[in-house]
Amino acid sequence: MSRPSHAAAWGFLAALTVASFWTLDLQWAKFLSADAARRMGRFLLELLAPTAEPGFLRKLAVASAETLAMSALGTLLAVLAGLAFAVPAARTHAGDRALWRWPTRLVLNALRSIPELVWAALLIIAAGLGPFAGTLALAFHTTGVLGRLFAEAIENAPLGPAFALRAQGAGAAKVFFYATLPQILPQLMSYALYRWENNIRAAAVLGVVGGGGLGQLLSFHMGLFHMRETSSILIAMLLLVALVDVASYFARRILQR
Amino acid sequence: MSAAAPPALRDPAWTGRVFWSLAALALLAPALVATEFKPWLLVEPGALKATGRFVGDFLPPKFEPGFLWLVAQECWRTVAIATAGMALALVLAIPMALIANSVLSVSALPGRMHALPFAVRQGVRALLIVLRSVPELVWALVFVRVVGLGPTAGVLAIALTYSGMLGKVYCEILESDDRAATHALLRNGAGRLQAFFYGMLPQSASELTSYTVYRWECAIRSSAVLGFVGAGGLGQQMDNSMKMFNGSEVATMLLVFMLLVGLADGASAWLRRRIG
Repeated sequence: MSRPSHAAAWGFLAALTVASFWTLDLQWAKFLSADAARRMGRFLLELLAPTAEPGFLRKLAVASAETLAMSALGTLLAVLAGLAFAVPAARTHAGDRALWRWPTRLVLNALRSIPELVWAALLIIAAGLGPFAGTLALAFHTTGVLGRLFAEAIENAPLGPAFALRAQGAGAAKVFFYATLPQILPQLMSYALYRWENNIRAAAVLGVVGGGGLGQLLSFHMGLFHMRETSSILIAMLLLVALVDVASYFARRILQR
Repeated sequence: MSAAAPPALRDPAWTGRVFWSLAALALLAPALVATEFKPWLLVEPGALKATGRFVGDFLPPKFEPGFLWLVAQECWRTVAIATAGMALALVLAIPMALIANSVLSVSALPGRMHALPFAVRQGVRALLIVLRSVPELVWALVFVRVVGLGPTAGVLAIALTYSGMLGKVYCEILESDDRAATHALLRNGAGRLQAFFYGMLPQSASELTSYTVYRWECAIRSSAVLGFVGAGGLGQQMDNSMKMFNGSEVATMLLVFMLLVGLADGASAWLRRRIG
């Protein structure tokens, strides 16, 4: 840890940390005060008593289903759009001039670098409040992520089968659907499943800016200090995430066989 | 199937594909209903007009010096929230990782771990799971209620979520390494901290730092959106501009956002090359 290159990096990190604490007007006094501790304590105590009122549970089930549907549909749309972007973004063989490689990659980077939550806040203007905006937001961001991963998968696919088809005079579409796609399909599925896991987490909070699902219910009840409902919603979120993790784990096991 | 087409040219997998596509569509229908999937609403005159006005406002982005200075300040706050949050997350995660990993268990050296240390380890692991399964945005919502609007809530939210992630991954990294050196130290009477510093850390230091720096980059991305619930930083400014339908300000901030994410990406790659 004594090499000069190490020292520069550690120095940078230390300076950054000190400057961060220095410049942020952090309210430690407020956070560590007896009043805040009492409020936090009451807050956490109230969270320990979730409501199980049938009417609310029904609402919760609908919101959970909505979140699940948003994440699944958003991921599916992103798989289709990502594939559509990935084909022009990949150079498939040495003679391929790939004129669209850089423009499409630029678009994918832009889609990817804007987080789901910002997309949701933007899309609410076009699509209105509700799960549709949230679904589109997930689809936009995930298209950027998957498009790039898919393009790399296409470029890394073994060239033999594609070359054989091309030598027989098959067109680009046939080569893609009968040689490239079957080879990379397991990898695409695994990427899509991984993103679906991520998206269920994202979908659960998108509602905070008005994107529908559990998040919308959460920000509504938390805003009104309905702590028992808030607690039930948080439990539903954790269960949903755990459920998708388990489902995705088994789907992966099946795919790997 | 016309007689002219020789059967060899038929795709043998065709029926299966048609069946699975139809099955997927049948599964998809309820999802379309649940998400109120109505793309035609996007091209309704009212929606088109609002979108058109907003997006038309994007060009030119607002590059007024006063506004740019404001955005630069918010940018720094975003980075500062992420960095301070990570520093606190480390303070929480390192002790938890030390307690929860099974390599440093003295009672497990001769055989099975005793019941009490086992229970303590499982307890810390459960705590780590809870910390990281609640999204940082929800933590931020909670802390905004407790400490009020501002960066404190953002720092605390990042600290809690990331301590859960870091603690778990540190544990996994430490447990996946070779245990021989650490166990030799423990068997010969070294303290647990000594065993950690001389047996485990030299093996896994680079992996641990590299993962931490990667998470710092993720923390910058998430602190940029925490502002949407009032936890300070770039998101808060963006939320304000969006509520006022100020397209040119939003355009500037989207550009700054991409720049910030790109810079964090570059800085993290540089740091990982240096100390990873």
